Amino acid sequence: MPMGLIEALASGRRRARGGSAAADEEGELVARLRAGDEQAFVALVARHHSSMLGLARAFVSSPAVAEEVVQDTWLGVVRGIDGFAGRSSFRTWLFHILVNRARSTGAREHRSVAIGDAAPAVDRSRFDASGAWMAPPQHWVEDSEDRLSAEALADRIHVALEELPPRQREVVTLRDVDGLSSREVCEVLDISEGNQRVLLHRGRSRLREALEEFVTA
Amino acid sequence: MRIRGRTDELVCQQMVELITDYLEDALPRSQRRRFEAHLAGCEHCTEYLAQMRATIRLTGRLDAEDLTPAMREEFTTLYRRWRWEEP
Repeated sequence: MPMGLIEALASGRRRARGGSAAADEEGELVARLRAGDEQAFVALVARHHSSMLGLARAFVSSPAVAEEVVQDTWLGVVRGIDGFAGRSSFRTWLFHILVNRARSTGAREHRSVAIGDAAPAVDRSRFDASGAWMAPPQHWVEDSEDRLSAEALADRIHVALEELPPRQREVVTLRDVDGLSSREVCEVLDISEGNQRVLLHRGRSRLREALEEFVTA
Repeated sequence: MRIRGRTDELVCQQMVELITDYLEDALPRSQRRRFEAHLAGCEHCTEYLAQMRATIRLTGRLDAEDLTPAMREEFTTLYRRWRWEEP
């Protein structure tokens, strides 16, 4: 298989995540934050800011309120860092604080948080009576890079993600954008493994559908 | 035994609903075997699985943007205030 777009993206992602070296660096930043180091604080904010904003947006209606929730979370971190025992990762702890604050803010906004649609992963009309593909998926995985830029694909996914029902968006954002494990997502959102998988499945299926429409248009 | 054989087979429409459990390694062993048996004989479901994997990788491409200098400044100021206000 040629080194295509997908592989290139995947390797870029691995660099961005950085594995255990990045975790060590984070541990050091957290230790410095405990000691009152403001540069360590800003470095931690920079690392997590856009993930936190994305997550907050799944709970509250406006970008401005999401910014407030994120800021409020950091205040909680500064005040509560001595209470962080290191049993979970710093990020899991941080996101958990964020979700609690976002939920109470979202509840104040009287925003309903539905479990999400129960639509099938693929429209029923694409299968025959026996359940076999009648309108099968077209092949686009490797050759889409010839026609579409990585940026265009990323933009389309971003839009589709924003359009997901909030709970699906929370789970897909945490798992696939931020790279948390399923266990960490359950911890952050206080949901069961089963619910996590259902929401992930619906969300990912919608994103695939959006990509398919875009790529085969 | 032979009678059970065919009714145990998964159809494409079931495959697309089981795909996340498959990728999450959450299928019971017998179900996983049926899933893989269907996959081995169905190019469309194989393509569908490839598309789901591509979707996951492409979603992972949405990376965190860095803070703007103005936001760095803002958070530095906030931090100093919070520290100063601390009991």
